This record gives sequence, C-alpha cells and structure tokens, in this order.
Amino acid sequence: MSASKMISTFNPRHVVTIDQVGVEERVAKFKTRSIKKESKVAALKLALNMIDLTTLEGKDTEGKVRQLCFKAMHPHDALPGIPTVAAICVYPSMVRVAKKALEGSKIQVASVSTAFPSGQAPLQVKLDDTRFAVDEGADEIDMVISRGEFLKGNYNFVFDEIAAIKEACGKAHLKVILETGELCTLDNVRIASEIAMHAGGDFIKTSTGKVQPAATMEVTLVMLEAIRDFYYATGKMIGMKPAGGIRESKQALHYLVMLRETLGQAWMSNEWFRFGASVLANDILMQLVKEQTGIYQSHDYFSID
Amino acid sequence: MAKDKKPAAIGLQFDTDWQYAPSPESRDHIQLKEQYELFIGGQWVKPESGKYFDTINPATEEKIARIAEASKADVDKAVRAARNAYDKYWKNMSPKDRGKYIFRIARMLQEKAREFAVIETMDGGKPIRESRDVDVPLAANHFFYYAGWADKLEYAFPNRRPEPLGVAGQIIPWNFPLLMAAWKLAPALATGNCVVLKPAETTSLTALKLAELIQEADLPPGVVNIITGFGATGAELVNHPDVDKIAFTGSTDVGKIIQRAIAGTHKKVTLELGGKAANIIFEDAPLDQAVEGIVNGIYFNQGHVCCAGSRLFVQEGVYDTVVRKLKDRMETLIVGDPLDKNTDVGAINSASQLKTIQEYIRIGQVEGAEMFQNACALPKKGYWCRPTLFLGASQSHRIVQEEIFGPVLAVQTFRTVDEVIEKANNTNYGLSAGVWTDKGSKIFQVSSKLRAGVIWGNTYNKFDPASPFGGYKESGFGREGGLHGLGAYLRF
Repeated sequence: MSASKMISTFNPRHVVTIDQVGVEERVAKFKTRSIKKESKVAALKLALNMIDLTTLEGKDTEGKVRQLCFKAMHPHDALPGIPTVAAICVYPSMVRVAKKALEGSKIQVASVSTAFPSGQAPLQVKLDDTRFAVDEGADEIDMVISRGEFLKGNYNFVFDEIAAIKEACGKAHLKVILETGELCTLDNVRIASEIAMHAGGDFIKTSTGKVQPAATMEVTLVMLEAIRDFYYATGKMIGMKPAGGIRESKQALHYLVMLRETLGQAWMSNEWFRFGASVLANDILMQLVKEQTGIYQSHDYFSID
Repeated sequence: MAKDKKPAAIGLQFDTDWQYAPSPESRDHIQLKEQYELFIGGQWVKPESGKYFDTINPATEEKIARIAEASKADVDKAVRAARNAYDKYWKNMSPKDRGKYIFRIARMLQEKAREFAVIETMDGGKPIRESRDVDVPLAANHFFYYAGWADKLEYAFPNRRPEPLGVAGQIIPWNFPLLMAAWKLAPALATGNCVVLKPAETTSLTALKLAELIQEADLPPGVVNIITGFGATGAELVNHPDVDKIAFTGSTDVGKIIQRAIAGTHKKVTLELGGKAANIIFEDAPLDQAVEGIVNGIYFNQGHVCCAGSRLFVQEGVYDTVVRKLKDRMETLIVGDPLDKNTDVGAINSASQLKTIQEYIRIGQVEGAEMFQNACALPKKGYWCRPTLFLGASQSHRIVQEEIFGPVLAVQTFRTVDEVIEKANNTNYGLSAGVWTDKGSKIFQVSSKLRAGVIWGNTYNKFDPASPFGGYKESGFGREGGLHGLGAYLRF
C-alpha cells in the first residue's frame, strides 16, 4: 500500500487547545511531590528499567556499542537486585553489533532512522533507512517527523510519511520523534502528537537529543494528555518517550510522578514509557547505592561506557 | 520486562503499585504554649471572664491549646488600648517609621514561615502544601506591599489629604486565618490606624503567634490588639462606640447583622462575605488546564474559600470530555493528613462545618443531581469530606443557589454565551468568576457582563496584594488589596 492511499483520520480542528501558563503550573505541582524512602527506591528502579541507553554520535565505534550493551545488561553488578535498562538506542549501522552483543537478554535494540536527526531526505531514502535497520534486527524504530512540512501546515504530508514508515517497520515498534524543540508552541506539540498517533505510531517521543531544548516536563505533559485522550477515543494505548536533557534521578522521579497522575497504573512500565538518556543511568545507580549505604560515591565508582 | 496491566474496560487506574510514602512535615521546630491569653496593649492579659476554650486539630480531634475568651470588659480594654496607642504613638509617628515597623513584621514572618505554616495546618486542617506555598508567603507579601505605601499615601491619593480613621475593629474568618489577618492588619497599619483584631474561634493560633511576632517586632504597645472568642466577642467589638471602622470577612448572615448594628453610627464598614462563583468552560478552552482550574477552584482549601468556583458551567460540546477528565483528576487527589507534604485536600475545619457540608450533599442527592465522589480512603479520626461533584444540577437546586463552603461542585451545561451569562449572574452573590476560552476577546466580552468583583481568565484563585478583592450584591462591599484597600482605612 502506498502512502498516498492512507486516509488521514486526523482533523486539526478537533484538537484541544493548550494554555502554556496552565501547563507550567501543573508541572510545578508535580515537582512538589515528596518522594522518600521505599517509594524513592522503587521509583529509581522503575526509572532505570525504563531507560533507552543511547549513543548517537558520528564517532560511535563498534567497541563502544558493545560496551554500552554490556552496561545495559549489567548496570552495576556491585549492587544486587537492580533491573536492566529497557533498550539500547543506536544508529542503523550499529544495530547488528548491538543485537549480537545483547543476545540472550530481553533488552530491545532501538534504531533511529529516516535520516535522523534532521529528517531532511526524500521518503524513499527514509524507507530504505528504516528497512535496513529492521533487516539488521532492530526491534524498535525511532523515526523523526518532517518538521518543515509540519510547520508549513502540511499535516497530510507528515501523516502519510509516518504511515509509510510504519508499514516499512513490519513487526518493529515505531516511535515517532516530534522534535518538540523545533515545534515552537505547545499547541503544535499537541497537533503533532495527534498526527503521530493517528498515523500508526506505537510511541511518541519528544526529541532527537540534537536540538535544544530537548525533553521538558511541559512538553511531555501535553503529549501524555494527548495519549490519554487518544486512548479514551480509540481504546488504543500509545507509549511515551521523553528524550534528551533528563540527566538526574530527581528529574526522572518528577516524570514518574507526572506519568502516575496523568495515565496511571497501565503505563507504569517500560512497555509504555521510556527515558531516552545516557548519563541518567549512572545518576540513578549512584542514588540507589546511596539509599543502601547512606553514602554518595564518586563518579569513579560507576562505569562510563 | 514489566507486566502489562491493561485495564479490562476503557478507564485509567490511579491506585498504582507505586505509592508515595508518607512524608509528614516535622513539628519539632514549632513553639506553642498550652494556654493563650489576650494580647492587649502590648501585654498578654488574662480575660476578665476567666473563661477559656479549647482549640483542636480537625485532622486528629486532639486539643492543641486553651484560648482565652474575651468578654465585653476585655473588648473595651482592647479598644481603649488601641485608642490610647493611636493618640499617643501611631497618629504622630512619621509615616516612614510606620512603614519600617510593617516591613519588620513582613521580614520576621518570612523568617518564621515554616513555623507559621505548620501551626496553620494543625489548627485549621489545610494541607501543608497550601499553608507553606500560599497562605504564609501571601501574608508576608501583603505586609511588604502595604509597608511600601505607608509613606506614599499622598501619591496614592493625589490632592486629597488622606487621614487615618482611628481605631479599626477587624473580624476574620477561619478559612485563611493568617492571610486574612495580614489582609486586615497591613493596610490599616500603613494608613495609620490602630487595630483590635478578632480571629475565628476555631483558628486563633496563627493570629496569636502573629501577636507574639508583633511584640517581638517592638511595635508600640496597643497599636495591634488581638482578642479571641466567639461571635459574642465579635458583636461586642462591632457595637463598641469608640470603634471608627469595622472590617469583616465571613458569612453573609453575620455581615447583615453587622450592617444593622452599625446603622446610624459614624462607623465605616467593609464587608467581604460569601460567594457562589461561576466557573465557565467554553468549547475552545484549553480543557486540561481548565480541569486544573476547576479542581483548584473548588477543592483548594477543602472548598473553604469565599471565591470558590462552586458552580461549573460547561459548554455542551465538551461536557462529556470535561466530566471525564475531571473525574480522572479527582481520583488523583490525595486526601488525608494535612501535615503530609503530598496531601492535596486536608481536613474540614470543624465538626459543625462538616455537618453543614454533609447536609448539602444529602440535599443534592434528594434534589436529584447525580453525585460522584473520589474513591480515596479517609482517615478514621478527624473531619473529612471527599471531593464531591454533582452532575445535572439546575439553577433552582439549593446546591446551586446556596454557599456550601466545602469541596462540593455543582455542574451545569450551557449552549450560548448569553445563556451562560444570564445563569452565572442569576445568584444573590457576586464575588468572583472564572472564564476559560482560547479566545482572548471572548474573555473580555464575557467578563464585562459578569457581575462579580474578581474574574479570572484561564486561571483561578490567583491572589496578589496589588489586586483589589471584593464583591457585588450579597458578597459584600468595599475592596481589600491594592490602592482600593488603602482607601477603606482613610478619610479625606
């Protein structure tokens, strides 16, 4: 089926409006939740288990990817009873390496595609990019939307492109990166979320990590609310992945509070929520060690991969 | 990988595996006496009556302290102390020096903010999150704001020669005990008046702590007198012949009694009374933020708010969506120990107020409105009421017409702008209102036709010392806050 034959089920006139000041106030309230003791430990473990451990550099090597995969499976063996991360996120050229390194584990391999991070390529190139990653063994595809076309108001183009990539994904899960740092307004974030969900995305994701600002709680809240409304309208659950800029455990806890109070129990696992992050993992480990021993250890006690 | 717990039917489940552990604010740092006397003429004075009453924690029903009950003789003593201080110190003090004292009160209140917040929560039942983030900082801000005006009154009222009134009798309610004390004291002192203040009998403690602070701030004796007691004490204050001004915040019934009592006297008066505010949600509103505004409007401070958005009007097209979102949001409200930092809705202020609210909830059901309450567990001891919603309410329902002063929201729908304006204004109150729409022009169009003193656009329950506050109709008259608040304590 070609992209042009997909019928857009998305109508921008039916999209709820967003008041930025109100969103900021709600976010501030999430941040005042006090998370202590056993509640904190449980949340830290959950957050670790939701991480898509990421390396997306031009200078990535196979060796670095292998090291990252080992870290994913063994975040900190000195501390018993901690979970693995959810997935490794790499460029398509590294998918095969990661897949092999993770053999026997339950950790997923996610690959960015569609001319990540800019998405400035023809559809055919994006389709080939996606099929290559899937053929190499990627379990999940993180695509970028065409922000230029979106900002022009060419929503059908964006919709059709996502639908076509979804088709190319086959069994792989599709995460749709909105690159909210380039969408200018929260209203646009809401519209882009609706398009991505209606066009077949399994997850919606904030950012590539290559544009500032990357994930913010405000943007994530708007997307979680879009997921909630989509769920009520269709019965279909969509996953959420804030990515970029979440570096500290405390931030991760704030995101989990927001997730809990916006979507509730059903979304509180890595099947439905992911953190796209790299340094966050070590900060969580440091906090977990501190909760157990009462002492903050220096960075040198945690492996950097 | 974590297990999938997809709910069977469409619906969200907020009773999650991951729970917030209890996070109570510490009480170690607060200092409370077992017994409080009357603060008259800069001294702690035993009541002539010899009578005391208990103040209790509404979340635990435990006694916190014994409070003196002021009789007619005590009221007289306090008014004389105020008059004496007015003639001897305050009237002749340079406005700049008066301002310095008020600034000092503001700064000391900030320094002791934590202690005040904890005591406010213990005595009144409101969540520590609110007393810490709203009540106490706003109270300090009011002192700061009016301190700044003290030596600039000629600029506030150019060419009008403002002069103080003399002695102000001030009676405040139990819903925002410290904040209302600040609203009353700050403008009165800045304009050069001396004060006799009576807090509500269920929530005297922060006013008495404020008296300690004022003593520590070394205000001339008698400039501020704080006397405690019940309605009878307030009546003695209202009827005292040497009081020049009555400022009252409280129920409309008592406001009417005061109005009658002072008729024919020289006393000036401002009354800030009840409300039954309309919160209006248009189809193009930012719905998720509007739902926050609805929740903040009616469940803030357990609905013990005179400007609470207790009547919700939702435009037909988004009614189902708004109700669905509102119910989900209500399920995430945490009701319980007010001292817990995660508590959203605390204890009802008193047993008698709880009884009133429960009676209205019964009436709402009898009248045929469809009730919804959140499913949270409530503590065994103390006075509690679940956040409550009545769908399908109508203008002739008592739950729509009468002020409940609790966490009870009556919901109606509307089709046209004219219809909602007519319904919103069809009440004997007129204190506040909320308008939610994506269109700025509509906010102005609608709010210019609403008869209410304060109208919030795309937000609710926002307060600032610089902004005047007060009502239309049975919500009272006179304005507090801003320049208007100064004018109420001056003659020209």
